[in-house]
Amino acid sequence: MYREQQSTLRNFWSTVKKQKVTILLVLPFIVYVVIFMYVPILGWVRAFFNFRPGRDLLDSDFVGLKFFQELFTSRGFWLALRNTLILAFMNLIAGTLLTLMFAIFLNEIRNVAYKRIIQTVSYLPHFVSWVVVIGIFSQLLSIDKGLVNEVLLALRLIEKPLPFLLTGRWYYGIVTFMSIWKEMGWGAIIYLAVMSSIDPQLYEAAFVDGAGRFKSMWHVTLPGLKNIIIIMLVLQTGWVLNVGFEQSVLLSNGAIIGNADVLSTYVLRYGLEMGRFSFATAAGIFQSLVGVTLVLFANAVAKRTGGINVLS
Amino acid sequence: MLNKKYDSKIFTSCLTIIFGVIAFITIYPFWNVFVISVNDPVDATRGGIYLWPRLFSLQPYIVIFRNNDNLTQAFIMSILRTVTGTFFTLACTTFLAYLLSDKNFIFRKFVTRLFLLTMYLQAGLIPVYLLYRQLGMLNRFSVYILPHLVGAYYLILMKSYIEDIPYSVKEAARIDGIGEIGMFTKIILPLSVPMLATLGLYVAVYQWSSWQDTYFFASNNQALTTLQFEMVKIIKQSSSRMSDQQVRELGRSAATVTPKSLQYAIIIISTVPILMVYPFLQKYFVKGITLGAVKG
Repeated sequence: MYREQQSTLRNFWSTVKKQKVTILLVLPFIVYVVIFMYVPILGWVRAFFNFRPGRDLLDSDFVGLKFFQELFTSRGFWLALRNTLILAFMNLIAGTLLTLMFAIFLNEIRNVAYKRIIQTVSYLPHFVSWVVVIGIFSQLLSIDKGLVNEVLLALRLIEKPLPFLLTGRWYYGIVTFMSIWKEMGWGAIIYLAVMSSIDPQLYEAAFVDGAGRFKSMWHVTLPGLKNIIIIMLVLQTGWVLNVGFEQSVLLSNGAIIGNADVLSTYVLRYGLEMGRFSFATAAGIFQSLVGVTLVLFANAVAKRTGGINVLS
Repeated sequence: MLNKKYDSKIFTSCLTIIFGVIAFITIYPFWNVFVISVNDPVDATRGGIYLWPRLFSLQPYIVIFRNNDNLTQAFIMSILRTVTGTFFTLACTTFLAYLLSDKNFIFRKFVTRLFLLTMYLQAGLIPVYLLYRQLGMLNRFSVYILPHLVGAYYLILMKSYIEDIPYSVKEAARIDGIGEIGMFTKIILPLSVPMLATLGLYVAVYQWSSWQDTYFFASNNQALTTLQFEMVKIIKQSSSRMSDQQVRELGRSAATVTPKSLQYAIIIISTVPILMVYPFLQKYFVKGITLGAVKG
């Protein structure tokens, strides 16, 4: 055994010598990723100390889980968490469903030219920034001569313009709609790509068995998409807690902040704006850890039900 | 794919109409913004402009491009960071992807996993902020470029792509006595153009649209402001009434330009470059995403 270990070690070093140029070239990248991605994680330590920006870490007193305690007993935190989860799941579910339907039905269109035009148009909003999207929709939904209100008034569906952007209740729906408007076309690309690789013979077989359009969608198309749907869902689950930040910053105002504040804006406010670095770090740790847990959990579920391991 | 036998006229026409409506809903908001932006600003406040301008005027655009230090500078900075960021990100990501594509490389799995992990484990805003502060990146141009040199997702895409390049090509080059760098520049890069275009588009769009990094890390340096960030400032202010002073900061001629019109003009200006580029690169990125989906 010892002899085997010796020769494996020797093999290792001789390979290293052979590949020393590559190793040298890769080294800067390793340094880079360690500095930019891993060193900040070391910064999590600050959540356990009463860290003051001016003083060194070693000067600050250890406070253990005090900040976490404060976090979990803070009403603002739970509100932010609630909003984050609602937005994330509305987006995940409505978004995935609508994107799927868009892709599947678009696939049914015979005229190739029309299909391509629709597809090209549909992913245009993806390339535009959220700032632009919100700029556009703020105007459309404006209580002061916004298009939506004007149309509703003209159709006599309402008597007075609705304060869409000033009512907390509307926030989730508006943000979800904007997200879908922005990303549906783009998200559909992947599904369309996978659909185009489904074996046509399966459709033939279904037809022979008497399946109409909808039946073959259910029995051929959807199963063919099952894997990619699961992969997409698993990957997106990890991002659940990071959701809603841009929209919140740009749309939030005094009237709707109870519904618009999300975890990320909570962290921003307490961290960068109020300077409570340790506290905000604790909140950030919560975000990151729960995110990782959710991904691992979703992955485990996917493995069980679909047989796919996304995070190999 | 689809059997012509189950063609139902009703179904087809329903589908055509529905997608037509979807396409309209997608495009119309942009059109509306465009139309309002080329309308006289004061007249635009009366509302009611839906499909075409009522009183044509290029005033907002003129105000932006003529002497306005703020917006013109923001525009230049947006371009600067997009070009620089895209170049360096592409260069670094592709080079590393190339180094990691060699299946015999002894640290291949280790380095790949090192990067992969970063996709799931995020440090959070505060630790990152404090790191940039320590590195002296706050309020400096580097904060736009350095954090994005190599991203896990793009790395994986590029690496998959390079791995797909037929081994025979690489082998032939090696036999001709080419070194690592030469291999990279003369063989891999030319063959990777589709993927480079795809990634380049992704990165460029990110750089062009980015405002959060300005907001968090560079808001104290006016020279680093970008077009997107100026727009953010306008949006956040338009819920409150702006004083003449503030409007003057945005446009010299406070009398003839409203914040709304300026905002719309900026939206159009920031959207047009993307619109111009993306039809050409379409075919590349559909392939790119497909690759990502199939491989990842």
